[in-house]
Amino acid sequence: MLKRTGIVLLALAMAAGTATLTAQTVTSGLRGPTPLSDEGPAPPMLPNRNTSEKEARNYPEQPPVIPHSIDGYQIDLNSNKCLSCHARSRTSESQAPMVSITHFMDRDGQFLASISPRRFFCTECHVPQNTATPPVSNDFVDIDTLLSRASPGGRR
Amino acid sequence: MTTTADEPKDKRGFIARAWDFALELWGVLSRPSTVFALGTLVLAGFAAGVIFWGGFNTALELTNTEKFCTGCHEMKDNVFAELKSTIHFTNRSGVRATCPDCHVPHNWTDKIARKMQASKEVWGKIFGTIDTREKFLDHRLELAAHEWARFKANDSLECRNCHSADSMDITKQSPRASVAHQRFLFTGEKTCIDCHKGIAHHLPDMRGVPGWQ
Repeated sequence: MLKRTGIVLLALAMAAGTATLTAQTVTSGLRGPTPLSDEGPAPPMLPNRNTSEKEARNYPEQPPVIPHSIDGYQIDLNSNKCLSCHARSRTSESQAPMVSITHFMDRDGQFLASISPRRFFCTECHVPQNTATPPVSNDFVDIDTLLSRASPGGRR
Repeated sequence: MTTTADEPKDKRGFIARAWDFALELWGVLSRPSTVFALGTLVLAGFAAGVIFWGGFNTALELTNTEKFCTGCHEMKDNVFAELKSTIHFTNRSGVRATCPDCHVPHNWTDKIARKMQASKEVWGKIFGTIDTREKFLDHRLELAAHEWARFKANDSLECRNCHSADSMDITKQSPRASVAHQRFLFTGEKTCIDCHKGIAHHLPDMRGVPGWQ
């Protein structure tokens, strides 16, 4: 009798445990409340920033971000739409910033006459911007802020 | 008037017989009719003219549709497939351009001239000039260059059929577009195709094309 009650209690406990596990949803900042077994609705695509004004870089080595829309810009072996404005020879007409001199260097630091093939595909580093709220927050602090914290108004 | 038709066997050459036939036909056409009333002839001529003209233009318009263009796999699998990802196929307002909107002049005389040129394309179709993807890619620069030259020569007329410089509100454009249009388009220094190559199809190898790297 006691043994049977024990088995029933154990079965009940197991059922309750399974139910709790099934009811539980894993919430993550990236996925939202969608259960792991489902695919949630895609977030709406935001329009890209479309200006001609430069954005400040967060650190000196940062590839400058693209302040304008690049919809439909073809960058492949045949052509590079970005270079129609940003190539050295095109900048007087376009008034766009010239592709950095580092892009003319090969991997040994030797300067070539034109853009180095390894720097040809612009969007590997340079990206357009939109006003999306990041799903994971970022507490990046740039070096100037960091230095001025240590010694306010200190040397830059 | 000669009566060659009465002779059972004509031993003369084809050209001589054809010439005689032409002379006979001219004789019939240049004499007044003795059977039909003038009114019948005028009305019949008018009706035949309407049917001919209507039929001609209907057939012409049938060749001026996207369905006709994409009836060939050369267009359907290459250029039409590329168009689908561009703003001239899908966009916010749902207004779209079909093949002839950009590639056939809308004005009748120019349209006929372009259609006559297009007989070369029929030749290409029959002999399979671009019937594989590889052949198409080999010819892509040449084909694109023809269209660029045509747009350059007619001041991008087919662009301007929809995109009028007069109706362009530069305050609604992005700063980059606004500046570029004021500097180059409104001054007439450049025409649409000078900057907007590859707007609706993929580009060929652009080395050597002015303004490209």
